[in-house]
Amino acid sequence: MTAETVPAKLAEIIDDFQALSEPDRLQLLLEFSTGLPGLPARYSDHPELLEQVVECQSPLFLTMEIGGGPERPVHLFFSAPREAPTTRGFAGVLLEGLDGLPAAEVLAVPDDVPDRLGLTRAITPLRMRGMSAMLGRIKRNIRDAQ
Amino acid sequence: MTLAPDPQDKFAEYAHPERLVSTDWLTANLGAEGLVVVESDEDVLLYETGHIPGAVKVDWHTELNDEVTRDYIDGEGFARLMASKGISRDSTVVVYGDKSNWWAAYALWVFTLFGHEDVRLLDGGRDKWVAEDRPLTTDKPGITAVDYPIVDRDDASIRAYLSDVLDHLGNPLIDVRSGDEYTGARTTMPAYPEEGALRGGHIPTARSVPWARAAAPDGTFRSRAELDAIYRDEAGLQDGDDVVAYCRIGERSSHTWFVLTHLLGFDRVRNYDGSWTEWGNAVRVPIVRGTEPGELPAGSRTSAR
Repeated sequence: MTAETVPAKLAEIIDDFQALSEPDRLQLLLEFSTGLPGLPARYSDHPELLEQVVECQSPLFLTMEIGGGPERPVHLFFSAPREAPTTRGFAGVLLEGLDGLPAAEVLAVPDDVPDRLGLTRAITPLRMRGMSAMLGRIKRNIRDAQ
Repeated sequence: MTLAPDPQDKFAEYAHPERLVSTDWLTANLGAEGLVVVESDEDVLLYETGHIPGAVKVDWHTELNDEVTRDYIDGEGFARLMASKGISRDSTVVVYGDKSNWWAAYALWVFTLFGHEDVRLLDGGRDKWVAEDRPLTTDKPGITAVDYPIVDRDDASIRAYLSDVLDHLGNPLIDVRSGDEYTGARTTMPAYPEEGALRGGHIPTARSVPWARAAAPDGTFRSRAELDAIYRDEAGLQDGDDVVAYCRIGERSSHTWFVLTHLLGFDRVRNYDGSWTEWGNAVRVPIVRGTEPGELPAGSRTSAR
């Protein structure tokens, strides 16, 4: 069993959100949304390789690559339409905070991390659940691949 | 100082054509004195990615709902909100939004609770505007704060509470949720998170007419003839009916409220905003499962029409 730990990069993002006023937090989430990179060709040409996280209010598609070796680094790939900036923003936070980390570190991320961004009042608890669902799906996929 | 209505033929067939404007009309009238354009979306960040030039944002969750009680803001709160958006009592307000104007219709309904007289929807909403490559901007609109009078909210005319719906049983009810929510197979929309209704099903005798049937693929409202076929021929509504529409929290049914009231001309339509998240959880309130509307429960206070 691994103790719950927030990886350094994700902790930094949480601190960035917490340091801001509520309107500025939304602005920062928007920056993560616009910064979400497109899929590499091996996935954009094959959308059937992505799975949909249905708990999100807007369509979000996800796929992962888990590397070999003792660390088993996790790489994340997200796709969501431009009309869904909130969902894209959540994906951007998870990508920047978790991409490339060893599988064990991703599994140790506490499930309540989305609540720590300080967005719940502005975004609504319902919408925040979409981000929790993304994190849950990532962790489940890592466990299933073990 | 309200603006002249959009005279296009499609709208002329509706009961209250002045409640809709086209993207052409809005393009021609952008910046006109007395006009305020309001964007109201489900996605809280969508406005910030680009909006119609000059449009202000109204967020249903943080601005129209009371922060503590499950209710709408009061007259003072509404006056403050309007003043901060540069909306006067005599402004022409055009609301548009994502998802076939679903949340825009909700905002329009809340404006109507406060009797704001000239409030219209942009036919086709945000998606049509974007699809037609019309201008969007991320510039913040210049807002001149104005005075807006404190007007008491009038819930009696267009809003139904749970007790009103119990009294209403026997009169037409329209359930505007998806088919699976109606039968009780699901308690939330397909692809939406579970949201805490204990039981699935519908209010006894309610007819199922999913809200989106009123919208064409491009997000505009269907024609008068198409809407009459859905709501009169199929759902059996008749002139003079007293109708209650509901969904899960009252947002989708605002869209249907708009259709029945302003496009088809029913003059007694109420939106039950408590909707299934209240009815499906309330103690000792009758529900029906399955595809049939079901029977009126014994002891209902109203007899069938």
